[in-house]
Amino acid sequence: MAGDGTTQLIDEKGKRLDGRKLDELRPIEIKIGVLKNADGSAEIRMGKNIILAAVYGPRELHPKHRALPNRALIQCFYRMSTFSVNDRKSPAPSRREKEISMILSNALTSVILTEKYPRTTIDVYLQVLQADGGTRCAGLTAASVALADAGIPMKGLISSVAVGLANDKVVLDLFDIEDQKGSGDLPLGYSPILDEVSLIQLDGVFTLEQFEEALHLGIKGAKEIYEIQKLALKEKYSAIRNEVADEIKPSKKEVKEVPKEEVKEAPKKEVKEVPKEEVKEAPKKEVKEPPKEEVKEAPKKEVKEPPKEEVKEAPKVKEKEEKEDE
Amino acid sequence: MSEIKVENHEIVIPGDLLAEGEFRCGDGVVKRGNSYYSTLIGLFQDKGDFIQVKSLKGKYFPRPGDLAIGKIIEVGLTSWIVDIGSPYFAILSGNNATEKRFDPVKDDARKIFDIGDIILTKIISFDRTKDPTIITNERGLGKLRGGRIIEIEAAHIPRVIGKKGTMINMVKRLTRTQIITGQNGRIWVQGKKIDDELKAIESIKKIELEAHTQGLTDRIRAMLSDNQQTTLGDE
Amino acid sequence: MADNYVISEIEKDYILALLDQKKRTDGREFNQHREIKIETDLVQKAEGSAIVSIGNSKIIVGIKATLGSPFPDTPDSGVITTSAELSPMASPFFESGPPSEAAIELARVTDRAIRESHCIDLSKLCIIPRKSVWILFIDFYILNHDGNLFDAATLGAMAALSKTKIPKVKILEDEEVEILEETESLKINHYPVSVTTYKIGKNNVVDANLKEERVSDARITVGFDEEDHIVSLQKGNYGVYKPDEVLQIIKESLNVSKNLRKELMKAIS
Repeated sequence: MAGDGTTQLIDEKGKRLDGRKLDELRPIEIKIGVLKNADGSAEIRMGKNIILAAVYGPRELHPKHRALPNRALIQCFYRMSTFSVNDRKSPAPSRREKEISMILSNALTSVILTEKYPRTTIDVYLQVLQADGGTRCAGLTAASVALADAGIPMKGLISSVAVGLANDKVVLDLFDIEDQKGSGDLPLGYSPILDEVSLIQLDGVFTLEQFEEALHLGIKGAKEIYEIQKLALKEKYSAIRNEVADEIKPSKKEVKEVPKEEVKEAPKKEVKEVPKEEVKEAPKKEVKEPPKEEVKEAPKKEVKEPPKEEVKEAPKVKEKEEKEDE
Repeated sequence: MSEIKVENHEIVIPGDLLAEGEFRCGDGVVKRGNSYYSTLIGLFQDKGDFIQVKSLKGKYFPRPGDLAIGKIIEVGLTSWIVDIGSPYFAILSGNNATEKRFDPVKDDARKIFDIGDIILTKIISFDRTKDPTIITNERGLGKLRGGRIIEIEAAHIPRVIGKKGTMINMVKRLTRTQIITGQNGRIWVQGKKIDDELKAIESIKKIELEAHTQGLTDRIRAMLSDNQQTTLGDE
Repeated sequence: MADNYVISEIEKDYILALLDQKKRTDGREFNQHREIKIETDLVQKAEGSAIVSIGNSKIIVGIKATLGSPFPDTPDSGVITTSAELSPMASPFFESGPPSEAAIELARVTDRAIRESHCIDLSKLCIIPRKSVWILFIDFYILNHDGNLFDAATLGAMAALSKTKIPKVKILEDEEVEILEETESLKINHYPVSVTTYKIGKNNVVDANLKEERVSDARITVGFDEEDHIVSLQKGNYGVYKPDEVLQIIKESLNVSKNLRKELMKAIS
């Protein structure tokens, strides 16, 4: 609910109560893969907001009759911890939480390639550990990277931020006090890659000009958030590769099988470079000479001979070729 | 006109622009207009006129012919429901379970496979509109006894197996274990000694962790050879 | 539905076979906890908070203080109340809905260790007898379930309480209570920790991981204060113990409790 707009939220120098400029985001930190049991997970800190996102699925839906014959159902569960706000929140889910869960589910559905997994559910759990305004937006930002981390196919990520009115000025990324005392709030979910708005709500009083300004400011903010999401995801996977790149160097030197240039060239941090030298290893080359005959025969020959072990082998080889063939 | 926008083997995320122009595309790629975008987090693979994104994570998707390691989670009168680690539970019907004809009047399904049993199965059909059907009545399939099960990302199974099985055969040889790899990411390991099993598991975990890197076979060999001087002598 | 995880016979046999060789699947000793991490003051909106990990089990505890009325039978005591939620975020086998039996047991067992150790002087939480006291809500959310939530919950509760700051109050003329900006730390008199031992086949091990927990027949959670008093005890699940076995477990748990308390004190000092 928007406030009456009378509280002073912006000083003479155009700074907000927390020192930010009108079009400035709060500091954002995103960590990927923070919960081991989940298929994908993320933690976002946006200002004082702390929110965890966990993705499970695609998996069987219970009760089964809710399953959709042609696509996956996306269920987002947005929940506030009792201690996440100033006055203890009742542990039972409120109407607000249910509504937010629904609009977040809708937004996420729009970017997930749901038709790949008919009859299943993909469940996204958002737990707000600390709330500081704009939790649904921070939650949506986290949910979309957690989905990517779960290997769920998507058209693109959603980046989300709230824009609002503070003393009749349009400001980016409302924090708690602005959210309560400001005169308007416009949560926005936007995919920069797709140029699509997947979530938009509004309360308060905006003029048309203010609305337009707010929408553009929201998109600007979303684009900045997108860069942070991207970095967080890429960093997680590159980190492993970097470590390995470091590890390779000394071992190669010892072995001395590799021409010297390679060793020199394998740079520690620039991951891209490393694979080139060692493409020998990469399975992709095989693809061009698909030795199908061999593969088909292999299992038969082997199966006739002793039991278990061979049988295991045979289909494996076949599988592998099939995969690479695609 | 055709132009690739990212380096081969670069890590891409959903929405990344991969290429423009004319390409054939595999998994993890969508075309919008003249442009190709990634739908997955994974490794970009540029194979000339063919591009794809190799997934690094995600649920196992059954394909007919796959070997999968399943766990019985429900027993019915004439069939079993089997968790194969995919979004869909698999159905094993009585007639697909044993070589003998299954007679629901005489045969007790629980005596064949009970809840909690681990079975090696083959997927015979799956088309997304129906649950996958599996069989255990071919040679080598059926209940797995003893040993140990580990789970890794299904996407990394081809890496664990390696070119024509080189990787997995090396691990088996150097750790003196029997290993069965299910395409669904479950791997059964059995050795005479627990330490052997643990070493095999350790190497498989390492392969998984570093699946998207190059030079892995050498590193695994080095790791197992370091730990296993004695084993090498045996061969 | 918190319990629909089917553990395979292979996993079960493997765990049991290893234990008979005095080994655990993750290489730990029988009396050894997984790595413990305690982080406090994560949530500033709470009066106190802590995140505790034991291995991959992860739990967050938040404390909120609210003014309320005392119970009629303890008119000059503050109130502490615990609740736990096994969030579906924490495991593929949890579903949302009202608190499960497991969540209730977790909250109550932890509550007992805190209450019975008298770690907090409840009379200090009384503002006006019969009228106004502090109610401390100790709420647990399980974030990742990998077995043995009990020990994590007690560690978390004590870490959070140790860092809890309660607003000062002023009593106005008509017995109205005004809450001031200024806060003071909650005084902690004792530092109870709980140790949970799981019976798996014939063996007893502390701090089971999820799979060990699933094959266990019974468990005993014992709370100790820093003066080696037993302050709480709960036997869970269907299995049974010989009296000597119980004694043995408690003695062993007492030793283990000292390590846990070390971790606790390190985190809050």
